[in-house]
Amino acid sequence: MDSLYKMIEYGIYSAAILLILVGLYGALTKKSLIKIVIGLSIVDAGIHLLLVSIGYLKGGTAPIFSPGYEDKADIMVDPIPQALVLTAIVIGFAVTAVALSLVIRLYRHHDTLQIDDIKNLKW
Amino acid sequence: MKNTIVILLLATIGYYLGTIFFGIGFGDAHFANGVKDTYLALTTSELKVANTVTSIVVNFRGFDTLGEVTVLFLAATALGGILYKKRHAVGERTVLFPASSIVKSGAKLIFPAIVLLGAYVFIHGHLSPGGGFQGGTIIATGFLLMLLAYDNFSVNHNVLSFIESFAGIFFVAFGLAGLLISGTFLENFMPVGTMNDLFSGGVIPIIYILVGFKVAAELTGVIYTVLHEKD
Repeated sequence: MDSLYKMIEYGIYSAAILLILVGLYGALTKKSLIKIVIGLSIVDAGIHLLLVSIGYLKGGTAPIFSPGYEDKADIMVDPIPQALVLTAIVIGFAVTAVALSLVIRLYRHHDTLQIDDIKNLKW
Repeated sequence: MKNTIVILLLATIGYYLGTIFFGIGFGDAHFANGVKDTYLALTTSELKVANTVTSIVVNFRGFDTLGEVTVLFLAATALGGILYKKRHAVGERTVLFPASSIVKSGAKLIFPAIVLLGAYVFIHGHLSPGGGFQGGTIIATGFLLMLLAYDNFSVNHNVLSFIESFAGIFFVAFGLAGLLISGTFLENFMPVGTMNDLFSGGVIPIIYILVGFKVAAELTGVIYTVLHEKD
């Protein structure tokens, strides 16, 4: 049982950190604006996974006092990261929507999505 | 050259994130005697709400949620402002190929069920997993399905902004009512009832229903604005 938790720990933290790194790599090296926005969304997903998994408790249940679970408060997982991630998902949606609308605007103005062709966006 | 810098940067970030999080460990009670226990205890004793996440989002951090809803509203408004067009330039949507009749009848069949599921999720936000944000998103996916299936399906923007402003104003009104009656902004001033009843938790279900309406209207507005974008 303990080795199983060890495996899940390594799996879930590695997956989350890998998602963050993949997203950052995409956002930093890709030339297409759409791909940069996708990269930022992947970073978001990695951070959410990391935050939710940090609140986990071994053998815990969801923090919901449904009938039969009214006195099980000591085995409930941490509800605070879940509430924070709920906020973060909504903000992530808002950021992605505004970023994509800016991309549409840039495409309308420059007729291209490659940042190399848009002079003042190059780094 | 640029690739090397990026990979070095990412390796550093990955190394430090890894050492921090593998040091914390997975599934241990590393936040014992933290704010978690207080929230869990107050949720059952004072608020009589089953879902602790809902009680945190709407009650303990209600002011946060008001700010979050404001950010969502700002994003929807900014989207409309950035994709601004003159009124006569708003045309028909560009459709590559029309949806088949299977998609059309299927969408018409399943649309009421999706809206019903969304309403269920946000009405029972204080009893079961889910809540205003989740339910609103489900309803918006129903509208997205209809917009994809029917190229002449349209939603009235005035109705959307009316629902949005109505829900937002009533959210603030409930906060101000708490300020006037109990002395704190967004204080739970209504009787809380018994646990696991539909009518329990005081203002929490009411505020979450308002949030559900607001999120559904805003997301539908965003989808509608982007779909009617053509160059």
